[in-house]
Amino acid sequence: MATEEGGGNAVKLVLAWLFVGIPLAWGVWNTLMNALLLFK
Amino acid sequence: MAMLAFLDKSHTIAKPGYSRWLIPPAALCVHLCIGQAYAFSVFNLPMTKLLGITTWAPGDWKLTQLGWIFSLAIFFLGASAALFGRWVEEGGPRRAMFTAALCWSGGFLVSAFGVSIHNLWVIYLGYGVLGGFGLGIGYISPVSTLIKWFPDRPGMATGMAIMGFGGGAFIASPLSVWLMGKFSGPAHIGVAETFLVLGLVYFCFMMVGAAIVRLPPPGWQPAGWTPPVQPKKLVTSNDVYVYKALKTPQFWLIWWVLCLNVTAGIGVLGQASAMSQEMFHGRISAVAAAGFVGLMSLFNMGGRFAWASLSDWIGRKNTYFCFFVIGAVLYALVPQMGELRSVAGFVLCFLVIISMYGGGFSTVPAYLKDMFGTRYVGAIHGLLLTAWSMAGIFGPVLVNYIRQYNVEHGVPKADAYNTTMYIMAFLLVIGFVCNWLVKAVDRRHHMAAQERAEAVA
Repeated sequence: MATEEGGGNAVKLVLAWLFVGIPLAWGVWNTLMNALLLFK
Repeated sequence: MAMLAFLDKSHTIAKPGYSRWLIPPAALCVHLCIGQAYAFSVFNLPMTKLLGITTWAPGDWKLTQLGWIFSLAIFFLGASAALFGRWVEEGGPRRAMFTAALCWSGGFLVSAFGVSIHNLWVIYLGYGVLGGFGLGIGYISPVSTLIKWFPDRPGMATGMAIMGFGGGAFIASPLSVWLMGKFSGPAHIGVAETFLVLGLVYFCFMMVGAAIVRLPPPGWQPAGWTPPVQPKKLVTSNDVYVYKALKTPQFWLIWWVLCLNVTAGIGVLGQASAMSQEMFHGRISAVAAAGFVGLMSLFNMGGRFAWASLSDWIGRKNTYFCFFVIGAVLYALVPQMGELRSVAGFVLCFLVIISMYGGGFSTVPAYLKDMFGTRYVGAIHGLLLTAWSMAGIFGPVLVNYIRQYNVEHGVPKADAYNTTMYIMAFLLVIGFVCNWLVKAVDRRHHMAAQERAEAVA
């Protein structure tokens, strides 16, 4: 049975992705800055 | 009671209008938290000075004693994933995520108490056992839900979640150091307070995931997608019961595929800093080695998403063929890079190797789904994670003991890892053979239509 995929609540989607994306991006940035020491 | 009803599988079915793209962030809420396990080592040194404050004092714990905390947690990760896989599958993702949140944050709170009374056994019980249960249940909790929501791209979906497990350490490591700095004073190291805060923060974060996760209604399919009429040879549309899967050669072949792929990566991951400094003495400093470790972590995380997504296009078996062929060649090249004194070549080899180590973890749920169907994929995945526990012992032992043996027998430190690299390459060749032997599961293992109907009911 194929049903319609929900369009979803755009605000909810953005908030959910920001909720996990911001800490992850912060962590990746930190690690990247430390990793640059390999090339100095 | 209302709270418990909220956890029921029946209350987790998505209503019309729900977007499946909410499932990856729900899964990431859990995996980013439990991924802290990879960063536990930031507590090791401070925990050796809880009494002496500036240096180790009699009565303080030793690093060897503290090493058991992480080992216990990883052991109980594998054990609980194997034990509770079916329970997770049948109870739904929300109940599993809630339980994982309780165990994981509970582990931190118990450990905070253990630190405050300076009793290591309480920490073993807290982070090691209780936290380990949180790790295992949390790790498998979103896997089958993601596969059900993304039948068109199961590799990419599980890759996103399992990428979070690799990325959790990036957040936990600087956050823990910052918190310890805030709570520490001239006569006190703030490990207990840091555990307390982390436990509470992780509980809230994981509960957000539990709140937004949903299961698709029975028979749901993505709009515009229909299952292929002629499915690929290695992709089944049938289901295999969890314990019946154990009786198939496919389960054990994939078990070895994962075990050998992880063994090859996990040993060097733990020894990357020391190995790079010893192989390139005078050219890679301790600070640069730390940068190398950070870069490896990034490729470990990125590989989880990239390789699993690629597997949706080229197939799981071919993806593992890539891991084993490219991995074996690169491992064999590492000693040459040492001889040539090529830091760039050495770094490049290991970055690719470690991306495939991460990719092995994230591609395997989709591989299992292809072989055994979606009904019990989470539970079967849980059982398969025992391969990780085994590899966690094999890998570091191979790297550390062979290096030690070589050094004791007069091999220069710069060459002490060469034998290990060739052994790793050989292990990957065995992995290639195991992967090559994987064929479609025999029909007699498939669940009958009536069994499937009963299982759904």
